Amino acid sequence: MKFAMYFLGEYIAMIVMSAFTVSLFLGGWNPGFALPEGALWTAVSVGVFSVKLLSVLFFYIWVRWTLPRFRYDQLMRLGWKGLVPLALANVVLTGILVTLWDSLTGP
Amino acid sequence: METASKPASPSDPLAVNSPEKPTGFSKWKFLLYLPAVLKGLKNTFLHLIKAKGHKTFTIQYPEVKRPVRPGYRGEHRLKKDAEGREKCVACFMCQTVCPALCIRIVAEEAPWSDRDKRPKTFEIDMLRCIYCGMCEEACPCDAIELTEKFNIVSTSRAEKIYDKEKLLSN
Repeated sequence: MKFAMYFLGEYIAMIVMSAFTVSLFLGGWNPGFALPEGALWTAVSVGVFSVKLLSVLFFYIWVRWTLPRFRYDQLMRLGWKGLVPLALANVVLTGILVTLWDSLTGP
Repeated sequence: METASKPASPSDPLAVNSPEKPTGFSKWKFLLYLPAVLKGLKNTFLHLIKAKGHKTFTIQYPEVKRPVRPGYRGEHRLKKDAEGREKCVACFMCQTVCPALCIRIVAEEAPWSDRDKRPKTFEIDMLRCIYCGMCEEACPCDAIELTEKFNIVSTSRAEKIYDKEKLLSN
């Protein structure tokens, strides 16, 4: 039972993390097209959110299958020296491109 | 004093204790983990969809068993002759040759005319046995052999001392 609780906890954390990812980065419950407010809209929103969440969760679990244990020093090096600089570069690059796009197309 | 272990070669930038600082691209070579990770993701995905031609290296052990190779030395068996009598003539050759001293034979007079002795008791302490097969080689009557059984469990030490009946039926 101890192990079950531990694993359940881990999966709860994964589901919550996926929900956060969907809400913050993948447009949450937005299906990408407009619908009038109402029961249909609610149903579509819930469905879209669920599908997005399950996709992210699948990717999450998929990575867990693939890398049961990434050696921790290598993981730290990859994260801090590799992925964090790439993410920062992404922020800067996106900022530059958005500014350029706006100044070219006008407000 | 010279250290026995060689230092990590400088060409390996991933070595933690690399004495020379890596420079240039090799400094960022750890990013090559990412292609390897992608390869692994592909591999697990092929497993998931049970893709045809995708090789699996594991076997489902208790249900599927790996075949035992010829010449494997497992648990012992005492052989019987055509009339169902044990072949053993209690010559003590196996007990003498056994390097682990795990065979214990008590001889008695044989009731048959073709031999003088037979084993009254024939015990092998399987916990002591090192499965070297020398008893099998020493036996002049081809009466003892090592079978391919290797995964027999017991719940007590006493069960692991095999007597004559157990060895004859093994």
